[in-house]
Amino acid sequence: MNRKAPNPKANKSIMIITYGVVGIFVCLLGYMGYFLQVKSETVINNSYNARLDRFSDRILRGEILSSDGRVLAETLVGEDGSETRNYPYGSLFAHVVGYSDYGKTGLEALGNFYLLSSHMNLVEQTINELSGVKNIGDNVVTTLDVDLQQAASEALGDRKGAVVAMEPDTGKILAMVSKPGFNPNTLRADWEALISGDNKEAQLLNRATQGVYPPGSTFKMVTALAYMREYPTDWQDFTFDCDGTFEWKDYKISCYHENVHGTQNLEEAFANSCNGAFASLGLELNLNKMMDLTGQLLFNRELPLAIAYSKSSYAMGSGADDWERLQTSIGQGNTQMTPIHNAILTSAIANGGVAMKPYLIDHVESEAGEEVKKFLPSAYGSLMEPEEADILSGLMRKVVTDGTGSAVRTEDYAVAGKTGSAEFETGKESHAWFTGFAPAEDPRLVVTVIVEEGGAGGQVAAPIARTLFDLYFSR
Amino acid sequence: MVNVIIEVSKYLLVLLMALYTYWNFSYFRFREEWQQNRVCGRQDAAMFLMHFVAYVVLYLKSEDERVVLFYIAQVIFFGVYLGLYRLFYRKMSRILVNNMCMLLTIGFIILTRLSFEKAVRQFVIVAAAALVTWIIPFILDRAWQLARIPWVYGSLGLGLLILVWIVGNNSFGAQLSLSIAGFQFQPSEFVKISFVFFVAAMFYRSTDFKTIAVTTAMAAAHVLVLVLSKDLGSALIFFLTYLTMLFVATTNWLYLGTGLAGGCVASVLAYALFSHVRVRVTAWSNPWADIDNQGYQITQSLFAIGTGGWFGMGLYQGMPYKIPVVEKDFVFAAISEELGGVFAICVLLVCLGCFLQFMMLAARMEAMFYKLIAFGLGMVYGTQVLLTAGGVTKFIPSTGVTLPFVSYGGSSILSTFIVFAVIQGLYILKRDDEEDYE
Repeated sequence: MNRKAPNPKANKSIMIITYGVVGIFVCLLGYMGYFLQVKSETVINNSYNARLDRFSDRILRGEILSSDGRVLAETLVGEDGSETRNYPYGSLFAHVVGYSDYGKTGLEALGNFYLLSSHMNLVEQTINELSGVKNIGDNVVTTLDVDLQQAASEALGDRKGAVVAMEPDTGKILAMVSKPGFNPNTLRADWEALISGDNKEAQLLNRATQGVYPPGSTFKMVTALAYMREYPTDWQDFTFDCDGTFEWKDYKISCYHENVHGTQNLEEAFANSCNGAFASLGLELNLNKMMDLTGQLLFNRELPLAIAYSKSSYAMGSGADDWERLQTSIGQGNTQMTPIHNAILTSAIANGGVAMKPYLIDHVESEAGEEVKKFLPSAYGSLMEPEEADILSGLMRKVVTDGTGSAVRTEDYAVAGKTGSAEFETGKESHAWFTGFAPAEDPRLVVTVIVEEGGAGGQVAAPIARTLFDLYFSR
Repeated sequence: MVNVIIEVSKYLLVLLMALYTYWNFSYFRFREEWQQNRVCGRQDAAMFLMHFVAYVVLYLKSEDERVVLFYIAQVIFFGVYLGLYRLFYRKMSRILVNNMCMLLTIGFIILTRLSFEKAVRQFVIVAAAALVTWIIPFILDRAWQLARIPWVYGSLGLGLLILVWIVGNNSFGAQLSLSIAGFQFQPSEFVKISFVFFVAAMFYRSTDFKTIAVTTAMAAAHVLVLVLSKDLGSALIFFLTYLTMLFVATTNWLYLGTGLAGGCVASVLAYALFSHVRVRVTAWSNPWADIDNQGYQITQSLFAIGTGGWFGMGLYQGMPYKIPVVEKDFVFAAISEELGGVFAICVLLVCLGCFLQFMMLAARMEAMFYKLIAFGLGMVYGTQVLLTAGGVTKFIPSTGVTLPFVSYGGSSILSTFIVFAVIQGLYILKRDDEEDYE
């Protein structure tokens, strides 16, 4: 055999490659350890993970509690061992707490893993195992405030719509109401009617997170920000002469009830919600920049929200005609927005531009009350510069002191906000919006309200927000 | 009560596996044969005990008497196999045979849990493969001519791959197997071996530029046909094995660097050209976005591993059957789910132990042909383990390769048996040599 001199360094090469492969093995093992220890909890808490249902064979589903420990959902065990999920507040928390019988929604879905994990002490667990008794699952303590929720629900009354209340500096959701509601205690009996094709009420829809509405004049927060960014030095010089209807080519844009606002600068136009002024300044905006800005403000984006929601949409591309531009600048046109998104946006303005991730679970505790897991506020990111947030905040304050937001004007605390009356179908009343925060100088509470076909935001939605602010600041 | 037994046995299984794995590495501390034998004896004890405990649980949960008979058959098989191997091949590597049996044991346990019928079929295949490959060390010891026929390996292997590409059966969108007389058979599993022999024989002959060019062209042809058959996992195994074999034969960093850079360029090209590559990468980078379709398998796998946690759900306590092809490519997820993350990590460590054995043997072999064979087969084995475990845990995109000795499948079992038998043959060869010197 013609053996050429074999490579004398072969063994060194083998060693190098071996180290390389061992290195990759170590990375893989490290990754697996990291996955098991850190990531797995968030990964497996998913409605697609059928394995969690299996837990309920051995664990009694825990309770969902309000922030002050009142029971929002519990499992009652009958004498025969049958289990029923009971919701003491009936329909009050229907959407946000959700249900667990027909699939899982709301907090029942979000907290499913915790509710079905038990942190009883090990001795008790072993005794239960041996005697065939189920262990008791952990309780999920939410950020929800029963009194605020009740106030919001009563204020909204029988009208369709939604109310969201959250803390701008933490992202804690204190109240989330959607109407019409349903009674989760009688869900089994009502299910067929609720999901029937003839049912146009959509009671199961959580309008606060899944309802999409034209933002109406609340979108002027976005238009104003766009204008300030594009004209950073002279936006304050903007003026517009309002005679109730703005005419451009063949198009007409009217102010609400054709109110005549007279000469308006940006601040006044914002406070009075002058459609003409905003439609005209909309014509001066760069559409590509507008698209970028709305993206930054989470239109067409996933929201940092753990329960089911719809994406807001903003669709005005660079080829838009004048009519679309006029409409879009005042929050009509093709733009659609969810109430929770509006609340996030308002919170960012209140919080110096930084949006906090909204959250609903404050902590998880064992059946004996020991804390198992704590959720801390976390920032989603900065949606705008602090200076921009300051200016918008100032504009919104003027809405309350000098403009359409008079319903929330009070000596007790200073509200900043924006009203909206979004038209969606000719011949129907507009959707009434209000979104705002208080105290303006040191915001602690954000409230966003929408009343479907309610009429004027300032007259219909703002008073509902007022109820919540009053209650919150009277404590 | 059964619940308690399962609960306790869960920790016992993890403990026995951990002990076995510990001994697998402590073995390297000992130089004396009697010490090594003692470690191997302990390993056997841990293995048989683990096997027993697992089958007690399997029986209690399935309440199927056939499980008992099946267990007894396995014990006899392992006993006879271990015994006969020691008897006939005194100079074999005992720890490697142990690891082989351990991995097979784990495979039987998890397969019995997933599907009794498949486990029995697997057992028949294992027994047949054990019998057939029995002779390999014996042949290797006597046949020097093996190094003289590179083109037989090369053309046979490439021919088979091309055949599969053209007339192969389609499974999960890839052409992987041929049907012969009712048997499904995956040629790429065997071509891995012939390919290593081809490259080893070529580089044994010469490492001048011309030989390297010809061999590289041939290797590229193998990889290309595999990519066209959409068998990305095998393509990657062939590519890495070839590149590292070339590096060992030449110790030329330029080749290794160029090869790796070329591999990167080729990956980008493949990503741009082939939609099936893009699908795999998307399913990896964000499986949650398409959880119903492309992301389904990997997310189910992550649910399984995550829900199982460090110590597992216990046998029959999880839902491994929710993962598509769990008994083949995703068996690692099933192990992690029911037997626990610690157990699964131990499985990986045992595999790593085998890989290190291969590499140490490669370093000790003197003839370049044997050195390259030991090294090449080691790389095939090591890459395969990394690809399957990495894919299942979303460490890397899933490429659809099996976990050797554990996954269900005749071709995978038989080819891995051949690989281990060849390595045993080389061991024996080496120790014969050493004795001759003394």
